[in-house]
Amino acid sequence: MIAPPSAQSPPSAPSPPQAELPAQAVERTTRLIRQHRGRADALIEVLHQVQELYGYLPPGALAQVARELKLPLSRVHGVASFYHLFRLEAPTAHRCAVCLGTACFVKGGGELAARIEQRLGLRLDDAAGNGTWALEHVSCLGACGQAPVLVVDGRLEPRLPMDDPEALDRRLSALGLTAGADAADAPGGAS
Amino acid sequence: MASPTPLQLRCCAASGCRSAGSEALQAALLAARDQLGGAAEAVTIKPVGCLRLCGRGPLVALDRSGGDGQEPSAGSTELYAELTPEQAPALLAAATGLGDELAAQRLDPAHPFFALQKAVVLEGCGVVNPESIDDALAHGSYAQLKRVLLECTPEQVRDQVKRSGLRGRGGAGYPTGLKWDTVALQPPGPRTVVCNADEGDPGAFMDRSVLESDPHRLIEGMAIAAYAVGADQGYVYVRAEYPLAIERLRLALKQARAKGLLGAGIAGSSFNLRLEVRVGAGAYVCGEETALLASIQGQRGTPRPRPPFPAQVGLWGAPTLINNVETLASIPVILREGGDWYAAIGTEGSKGTKVFALSGAVANTGLVEVPMGTSLRTVVQTIGGGVPGADGPNGGVKAVQTGGPSGGCIPAHLLDTPVDYESLRDLGSMMGSGGLVVMGETTSMPEVARHFMRFSVNESCGKCVPCRAGTVQLAQMLDRFVERRASLADLERLEALCRMVGATSLCGLGQAAPNPVLSTLRYFRQEYQAACREPGQCEPPDACLLQEVTP
Ligand SMILES: Cc1cc2nc3c(=O)[nH]c(=O)nc-3n(C[C@H](O)[C@H](O)[C@H](O)COP(=O)(O)O)c2cc1C
Ligand code: SF4
Ligand code: FES
Ligand code: FES
Repeated sequence: MIAPPSAQSPPSAPSPPQAELPAQAVERTTRLIRQHRGRADALIEVLHQVQELYGYLPPGALAQVARELKLPLSRVHGVASFYHLFRLEAPTAHRCAVCLGTACFVKGGGELAARIEQRLGLRLDDAAGNGTWALEHVSCLGACGQAPVLVVDGRLEPRLPMDDPEALDRRLSALGLTAGADAADAPGGAS
Repeated sequence: MASPTPLQLRCCAASGCRSAGSEALQAALLAARDQLGGAAEAVTIKPVGCLRLCGRGPLVALDRSGGDGQEPSAGSTELYAELTPEQAPALLAAATGLGDELAAQRLDPAHPFFALQKAVVLEGCGVVNPESIDDALAHGSYAQLKRVLLECTPEQVRDQVKRSGLRGRGGAGYPTGLKWDTVALQPPGPRTVVCNADEGDPGAFMDRSVLESDPHRLIEGMAIAAYAVGADQGYVYVRAEYPLAIERLRLALKQARAKGLLGAGIAGSSFNLRLEVRVGAGAYVCGEETALLASIQGQRGTPRPRPPFPAQVGLWGAPTLINNVETLASIPVILREGGDWYAAIGTEGSKGTKVFALSGAVANTGLVEVPMGTSLRTVVQTIGGGVPGADGPNGGVKAVQTGGPSGGCIPAHLLDTPVDYESLRDLGSMMGSGGLVVMGETTSMPEVARHFMRFSVNESCGKCVPCRAGTVQLAQMLDRFVERRASLADLERLEALCRMVGATSLCGLGQAAPNPVLSTLRYFRQEYQAACREPGQCEPPDACLLQEVTP
């Protein structure tokens, strides 16, 4: 087994950032760790759930997870930074993911990414984005039959019309993918 | 079997069609049925899994059990594509014989896309309601598990699997029966079964479709595998990018537990099995079996050297059977029909059927199950319809990519190759999990190679230097070709580096990362040469031409 039973509290605890976390979320975290019976092998599942709570994994939350799962903080941080889906920084209000998997690539996913970069004035895979939007790439969502695809605020958008620039622009506008778009105008975090 | 209803609409509720609006369509159908009343009330509306032609969703199949004899090959089933919620009343009218407004969206079930498929693993996909265990039971799910628990010893089960000739569908094609023996014959102690549902190859969605369409088949296959190797616990490791698959699998597990088909004393026997879902977090390398085990244990998903193989030392040190989704989903049919029946399908070395995910520059995109040994041409041109708007002997196909980032590009002139493990390997590609991405004439091969190399750079776990640093260097060299500033010396260095990375990397990711480069170099060398600087700048002049003689 992996969990050193003696590691009652990692060196960084009690960590100051903890204080900044909303008490409710901290409690929820404790509860969900208990639901996993504090098992170290549930770490990834716990991190998924904590990320759902905060939208990302704040340092204080990682420290809490380490403490309550009785794992060294380095181990928790190591896992959180290894997996692409865990975010260590607060996300922008809106997020778009463009698929650059092979099927989408063949169907113009690269041009699609470039078009969105240009429209939103940001760079692909720059987590800070333009302040409101961030654009990241994914490598296949298993929707290759509908290539090329986007995910806009959690919603899968199939079959972007790459052969018809005007239709593409209309579609992207309808999705709120417009430079300087007010967060309130964009189709909110539905789904 | 369920008593046949005279009229039934099977609505695809798998994620392909969902993204195209199938939920709204189904809601509209239910509302329209209530509103129309009369004959429409007798129409059963049922959500099902993938109906195969995912690129034209949302799809609905209309079954008339009376049969109008129009389409003998598919009995009395009609299929409608690209339906909108507004068309719900028209679809019900078509069902009840009151109209035929939707004739233009009706697909021909005799079209090779449907007619040439052989549903074995997918026999329940598009037929059963993936969220109803009662429907699955009515279609025969768990019958083999119950029979096996009552009538067969674990050896007898393994014997049938060996007779079937089934080989792992996760990529490497290792004989499944042998793997089961290895696990079963370890020294006494606990064992674990793991289903690899990480499906990370871009362009692959077979496993996703099985999970979303017929999850009970997988659970039954896993339970039979657990019985055959003596395991009492198991995990399904699903990638986080598949939320619907995870949801349906979790529901199916809950239902199976409630029916006593999982848990303690399954179906009145003394066999116990606890199954859990583990969700990945977006790391391709976790599809590699030792990395997957690390990830299930809550660690960073880095591979470790083998041996020991997971079959010997796996999860928490116990012997662990790892099989792919499609491998395990093949098990119930094999036990129902017998290993010999399965072995009669396919080729000498590759038995049974294979599910492919057909996508890219091809008219008909979707899920295709055909006997092993079917030619690529049949799959891509006859079933897939070739590149849209193109014709010619190869239907506008320039190459077919198989095997994802570990595979290669098979050029159009080799389309008559039968699809089996050995043939694809001989061509410098591999079966992989079953993604087939079709590329048309406009696709540049150095760009394709760079695309895969960037993928490998991104997904390298960083544990060993040849892969971590080598893939970065390879990607930079490929940049030079894509940007047309390479030289002949680069071509040589590219090949040498490919061989070094392939030979010295620790796991399959690094070992296979050069494959897309090597295969495109092998078949499309002229594109790399054309991407070199002006011939006048080459030393010696025309050096490229000299190289062209090599096969
Ligand atoms: C980098 C890498 C990625 C892999 N990804 C997958 C995958 O997504 N799904 C899968 O079933 N096997 C994958 N494999 C193969 C597995 O390691 C393993 O061989 C397979 O799951 C065994 O199951 P099978 O015998 O039923 O094929 C991958 C291998 C490597 C090296
Ligand atoms: S080959 Fe690549 S992915 Fe595999 S262990 Fe080495 S660095 Fe990690
Ligand atoms: S390649 Fe984009 S969804 Fe598969
Ligand atoms: S997802 Fe509906 S047909 Fe495949």
